Amino acid sequence: MLAALSQVNPKADSVYKPRKLTFEEANLVTSYYRQDGNNSAVTGGIGSEKLTDLSNSIDLKLYRYDKRDRKHSFIGEFGIDHYTSASSDKIDPHTISSASHSDTRFYPSLSWTMENANKGSTVGAGLSLSTEFDYGSFGANVNFAKKTKDKSGEFSAKLQAYLDRVSLIYPIELRTGTGTRGEEDDYATTPRNTFNLDLSWSQIINQRLQVMLDGEVVYQHGYLGLPFHRVYFEDNSMRVENLPSERLKIPMSIRANYFISDKFILRTWYRYYHDDWNINSNTLQLETVVKLTPFFSVTPFYRFYQQTAADYFAPFKEHTAADTYYTSNYDLSKFNSSFFGAGFRIAPPDGVFKIQHWNSLELRYGHYQKTTGMNSDIISMNIKFK
Amino acid sequence: MRPHIKTFFYVPVFITAVLFFNSCTTVKEYQKNKLNDAEMSLSSRKIEKTELNFQSYREGASGANGGKTGGGCGCN
Repeated sequence: MLAALSQVNPKADSVYKPRKLTFEEANLVTSYYRQDGNNSAVTGGIGSEKLTDLSNSIDLKLYRYDKRDRKHSFIGEFGIDHYTSASSDKIDPHTISSASHSDTRFYPSLSWTMENANKGSTVGAGLSLSTEFDYGSFGANVNFAKKTKDKSGEFSAKLQAYLDRVSLIYPIELRTGTGTRGEEDDYATTPRNTFNLDLSWSQIINQRLQVMLDGEVVYQHGYLGLPFHRVYFEDNSMRVENLPSERLKIPMSIRANYFISDKFILRTWYRYYHDDWNINSNTLQLETVVKLTPFFSVTPFYRFYQQTAADYFAPFKEHTAADTYYTSNYDLSKFNSSFFGAGFRIAPPDGVFKIQHWNSLELRYGHYQKTTGMNSDIISMNIKFK
Repeated sequence: MRPHIKTFFYVPVFITAVLFFNSCTTVKEYQKNKLNDAEMSLSSRKIEKTELNFQSYREGASGANGGKTGGGCGCN
């Protein structure tokens, strides 16, 4: 009887609701990624794809309640990625002496949400920036969510816009101008804009099963290729890749999570994707959470991905002069891929290593393999404070 | 859309819709302890963020998973 009563949520009025800005949680996420392959787009679909990326981000979430009992959450995030890329050396091999070209990307963002628990509605907005040597991006989004009366379903809508600038850094052999180094510090830029509407419906099916349907419409406009991607033609001529200035993407997915028992949780995800460059794709991911103890879990996962080639893709020296659009970027070729690995999560009630506010520690490793031969490994860690 | 891809897409969606939404029951707040388990979250997890990024760069498809569909760069 007492156990049953203890599961009843306290009435909203009895929960402490701070009016002042209060710490809710902070996350540190760090990842190391490495890849290799022999189909670099920089060298026309041949050559090393060797790349490493060290990614670090930290986010801080604060909240407060207003006089109308609405919860305002504020999230600030700052990220830094540092990568080295063997293929980038080949843009201008005469001017870069290092074994691998490298760059650093910074990406701060701010977001706000206001949740009205009485009405079951949430509204929010966010801003983001991303900057690296040859690319800049400004993003903005607004979102809205509404729960059903019995709180078993929720509709969400998110509208996003990214206004990007691509620096026109061409392969050295295609650059005009007489200088050797001076003009390289002042590259022309061109826009690439992305507008995205994401609609989702999440539904509780029963006490163990919940699902989410998600559909997006993504419209991109502007310079959608990259200026240093070479394409070699049948007649041995070379140009940079040329892709249409518009792209419409339509991904749709369903996610279903099932609580099998206190020891096992099954997480599944399937996505169908279509775009007007004629890429069709299917993705299926399965994860099984195995709770070795109530506070320690292991999660093996497997993800299968399949796509058809874009209309504009052809391998090294297979494009003809009659082609209007052309690329030898193997990310747009036909391939299948597998991604598998495992995650580990520890979240003891008295804190990780008995540190009270250290809520959880997660580690996750995955190996990725494409049928084109490209492969990669990624290891990530999430430290959460609450 | 090619015929076999249409089938691959519509069949699972149809089966899912019939099976799941015909069997919905109202779950009271005090019955949600299993659904509220941290591992039952329907959103993508923070630790997957870099994975979602590299997949969106290395694959032609992206989106409908909490990952990005534009912005930033996938230059390499």
